[in-house]
Order: sequence, then structure tokens, then C-alpha cells
Amino acid sequence: MTLALILVPLVAAALVFAVPANRWRPWLMPVASLGHSILVVFALQGPPVRALGGWLVLDPLGKIFLGFVSVLFFICSIYTARYLNLGHERPNRIFCVCFLLSLSMMTLVILSHHLGLMWVGMEATTLAMAPNIYFYHTPRSLEATWKYLLICSVGIAMALFGLFFLAYATLHTSLEPTLLLDDLVQHAPELSHPWLRAAFVLVLVGFGTKMGLAPMHTWLPDAHGEAPAPVSAMLSGALLPCAFLAILRVFHICNAAGEGAFSREIMVVLGLFSMAIGAIFMTGQRDLKRLLAYSSVEHMGILVFGIGIGGLAVFGALLHVLNNGLTKVALFLSAGNIQSAYGSRSTEDVSGAIRRLPITGTLFLAGFFAITGSPPFGPFLSEFTIVNAALGRDQFLAGALFLLLLAIVFIGMGSTIIPVVQGDPPEAAAQPGFRDGFLTSAPILVSLALVLLLGVYIPPPLESLLREAAAFLEVKR
Amino acid sequence: MVPLLDPLLIVALTLNFVALGVSRIRGVINAVALQGVLLGILALFVHPAIGTRVILLVAVTVGLKGFVIPRYLVHALREANIQDEVKPGVGSFMGSLSLGAVGTGLAMVFSDTLPLAEQHKHLLLVPASLATVWTGFLMLTTRKRAIMQVLGYLLLENGIFMFGLLLLEATPFLVEVGILLDLFTGVFVMAIIIHHISREFASTSTEHLTELKG
Repeated sequence: MTLALILVPLVAAALVFAVPANRWRPWLMPVASLGHSILVVFALQGPPVRALGGWLVLDPLGKIFLGFVSVLFFICSIYTARYLNLGHERPNRIFCVCFLLSLSMMTLVILSHHLGLMWVGMEATTLAMAPNIYFYHTPRSLEATWKYLLICSVGIAMALFGLFFLAYATLHTSLEPTLLLDDLVQHAPELSHPWLRAAFVLVLVGFGTKMGLAPMHTWLPDAHGEAPAPVSAMLSGALLPCAFLAILRVFHICNAAGEGAFSREIMVVLGLFSMAIGAIFMTGQRDLKRLLAYSSVEHMGILVFGIGIGGLAVFGALLHVLNNGLTKVALFLSAGNIQSAYGSRSTEDVSGAIRRLPITGTLFLAGFFAITGSPPFGPFLSEFTIVNAALGRDQFLAGALFLLLLAIVFIGMGSTIIPVVQGDPPEAAAQPGFRDGFLTSAPILVSLALVLLLGVYIPPPLESLLREAAAFLEVKR
Repeated sequence: MVPLLDPLLIVALTLNFVALGVSRIRGVINAVALQGVLLGILALFVHPAIGTRVILLVAVTVGLKGFVIPRYLVHALREANIQDEVKPGVGSFMGSLSLGAVGTGLAMVFSDTLPLAEQHKHLLLVPASLATVWTGFLMLTTRKRAIMQVLGYLLLENGIFMFGLLLLEATPFLVEVGILLDLFTGVFVMAIIIHHISREFASTSTEHLTELKG
């Protein structure tokens, strides 16, 4: 069962590779993705999932991430299949294979309770995404791919160094050196604290590079800007949160070892810094997809900030993973439609999106309100929970800065997005070409509807899962 | 521990300087490859109880780091028609060599202050690891050629691998092979991208990759 979760997309990738027809091949992705989702539903409801002698375990935290990634992937795969067919003759074999490989490797990252294995999965997702960023074979996408590949690989290598430090921390205990999460959490108080601290910093910097935390985010706007829209959506919605999960794994150990305060402080500062960098670069940004990319930097900052605050904010941060992911998918896919219609993603060429593409334009505007934390959408609820917890825990300065940065982001992002949506479309874009279609707008609509749902009503099973996961992280000794 | 360990590590450290100072890319590839082979052999010395697992690991490490990856890089060098010249970006060879020397010295001093386990106190392995990671970073940041940055990444990885030798118990064979496989795939994908860079810009200098900003 557990292995099937990883193997189904892997086998699907092999099948997709064998399909000769460029036109039909992309449609295997939603099928494989649906299969993955069905398995996930069983895994979430069934008995505890455990395989390979405790190397793969589905814990409460994993349940949230796995369910979320699977849903997100399904939504994106439908859009992607249609998107690739719009691209006509461009060969998509490698694209489809890599897309499915990344699903398989993300599942591996989520299930791994052996941190070495998790690292292998994380590096594999990085490599699997690289050819897809270079899909259009333009000089700009080449530059983006090179930066992505090199910076992320070096970052993830530093995370490996950090994991080795973590294993070294066990040498001071009665324990055999290990990287098994369960053993490490259980014996956390005995671990050597200097090594543990160093490990946390290296892992935060390393996986933080992959997650897009400032100042290690430099690859992110380029990759998100140049990749095809569904790839940007997957990067932003699913892949960055997987790196976040990897950081949470080591944070979990630190917390259990009584080093929670140390790691929290760093996370609050890094979170606020990422939000600030996001806010600065969003203001006056002329490239729609780069704008959304900087918004990802900001929201990754919100996630680590939430964990750093602790208490109820952990619940808020985990909820924000879902809210941000779904909203980002909606925004990136809408931006993809806009780019297809206008042949550009520069704000100088794009205006009147609501007239040119009524459905996409409206959803894009709604997505903007959602991501900037306007009620009644989900991000409002999760951001409110985080700020509430910050104030409740007497972190007034941090809470105030958080709110200030959110306000700056709202203004900065709005000044770019409102003119894009409103007004009249330019002459050049008025010609018939790309129009809103069912398959290019339904995935956006569904993800925004989910964001709206999460804003007004969190289904009880999800809520208890989130509480369970937050409690799982906040080990009491 | 074993008397041969330290001399081997000193050779590995010397190779860092060779990699920084040699003016032909092939020379750098060879230095990094030889270091990879040494690291594989080191695993035999670090672990007194040599089982099939260690022997297999040594075989895979030496095979990948010492032969497959360097061969592949030389092949990429030829395919992409890259001039076999390093061209350091910032400063000169002397500059990066002296930075390398300073870093290596600092690594020695710094390791002394680390709370190492008793059995690792007088081992050269930890300072050598830190110095190699430093050299890797140096190469990543001061060399403009894309292929040199890949070699910098490999040096960095070699340094991390050295530290990992202290902890072979923590990383089971499967994981160790997974890490090596990722490394190989990474270099493989990077080489493909380098090929595209050289076709697109008729050069493999990353100086051309400055289109995306802001």
C-alpha cells in the first residue's frame, strides 16, 4: 500500500514514456494522478501506514501534505493536459515523464521517516522539475534552469551536511548513529545540543533554498517566471511546501530536544525577512509571473513565521500551506491563460483581462484578493490565526511587523494586478485566438472554490487532522 | 585509527589546491576524480569491520566519482566544444589559491574547537571535510565557466561525503547509493544544460546568463 503510493506515479511515468502519440500522452497524467488520489484516500482512512521497517510512515503531518499534494496534482494535471495540447507540436514526452516522476518523489519525501531517504527524494524532485522549467527552450528559460539546478543542488547539498551533523549528534548518546526520525525524536534530549543547533541551521539554509526563503530565494523568480504555467503552479503550490515539510522534520527533533526556542527565533526572523523581500520586489513588478513568484517568497516566509511563533500559529501555518498552495495554483494557471491570450506577461502589454477573458480575468482578480488575505477566503483565516497567536504569545513587535508587511504586499500587488484586470484590452490582443475554455478554467475555479470553502468552513475531519499534526509537532516533554 | 588515513587525507587536501590552481579544465576534472577515488578507498580505512556492504559502497563510489562522472564530463567538454581553459573570474589563480589556503587553515583551527566525539578528536577527517566544502564554494563563486561550477559542486559534495564517512552506520547502503545516484543524475542533467548553453550562446560562460533580474 505504502509502496504503491510511490510506485503508481513511477510506473505511470514509464508508461507515459512508452506512449508514442504526442496528442494523447498528456491525458495519462490526470488518469495516473486520479489513481494516486484514490490510493491516498484509502491510506488516509485505513490502518496506520508503515513500510520498510519504519523508513516510510504516514504520520499526521504527512497525511496533510500527502492529501494536499495529491489533490493539487490532480487539478494541475487536467490543466496541463489541455495546456500541452495547445502547445501543438512541441514534444511533450520528457515533460510528462518528469511531471509524474516529481509526484512520485514528492510522495517519497512526505512518507520518509528516514531523513537520508527524504534527502534523496528531495534532490530527485529538484532534478525531475529541471527539464520542465526548460520546456520552451528559450535563452531565458535556459538561464532560469541553470540557476535553479545549481543553486538548489548546492542548497540541498548543504542540507545533507546538516543531516550528517544531526546523525553526529547521536554519537554522544547510547544510540547507534541514525537518521531515523522516530529514534531521533525519542532520544532527542540526549542528543549533543551544539551539533543539533548547527544541524538545524544548515538544514534551514539548505532546504530553505529549495523552499525559496530569502535571501536564498534568488533562483525562484527566474524559474517561476520562465517555466510553463502549470509547472510554476506545481513548484509554488506543492514543491516548496515539501521543502517546508523537510525543515519541519528537523524542527520536530529540535523541539523534542528542548531547542525549540532557539529554532523558533531564527524562523521568526527569517520568515519576516522573506516577507519583506517579497513585499519589496512585488512593488512595481512588471512581470505577472515574477510577481506571483515573489508572492511565493512572501508566503513561504509566512509559513516559517507561523511555526516560529508556535502554539496556535502552528495550526495556522499548516492551514496556510493548503490555502497558499490552492490560491497559487489558481493564480499561476490564470496567469498562464492570460499569457496565452496576450502573448506576453508584462503589465505593459496586458490590460482589460476581464474583458478579453471574462472567466480567467474574474478568477485572477478573486485570486489576488484571496492571496492578499481578504475575507472570506482561506488565507485570511490562516493569516489571522497566525497573527492572533503572535499577539496572544506577547510577540507584539513580530505581530505588528507581520501585519505591516501584509499591508505593503496588498498595496504593491494590487497596484500591478488591478490595471491588468481592469480597463480595455490593447488592440493587438483583441484578435481571436485563445479563449476561455472548460478545461482551462475549471481547474482554476475548483481550486478557488476550495480556498473559499476553507475560508468559511473547515470540514471537521480536516480540522482534527490539522490539530493532530500541530500537536504532533509540539511534542510535550 | 589507521596510520594510512591521514596521509591519504593530506593527498585529498592537496588535490583541492590542484583543482584551484590548474589552468586546464581536464586537469580539474582529473583532480576531482582522483579525490573521489581516494574518498572511496578511505571508507575501507575508516571502517575496521569490512563487510560486503562497505566493499560494495567503495565499488560504487569509486566507480561513479572516479570514472563514470569524470568520463561523462570530459565527453560533455568535447561535445560542447568547450575551450579547455579555466579562466578564473574574480582575481587570479593566485587569489583563489591563497583564499583556499586561508580557508584550509581556518578549517583546521575551527575543527579543534568542535565538540567532536572522543574517537574523532585527532582525526584529520573533519578539518579535511570542512576545507573541501570551502574549496567547493570557492570554485562555485569565482569561476565563470558552467562546467567549472559543476566541478565546484562535485568538490562540495566530496567534502560532505568525507564527513559522512564518520557516520556510515547512519546512512544504510540503499540511502548511500541513492545519494550517489542523485549526484550522478544531477551532473548528467547539468551537462545537458551546459550543452544547450554552449549551443545557444556559442560559449559556456555563465556571464551570458544575466537576462533575468528584478
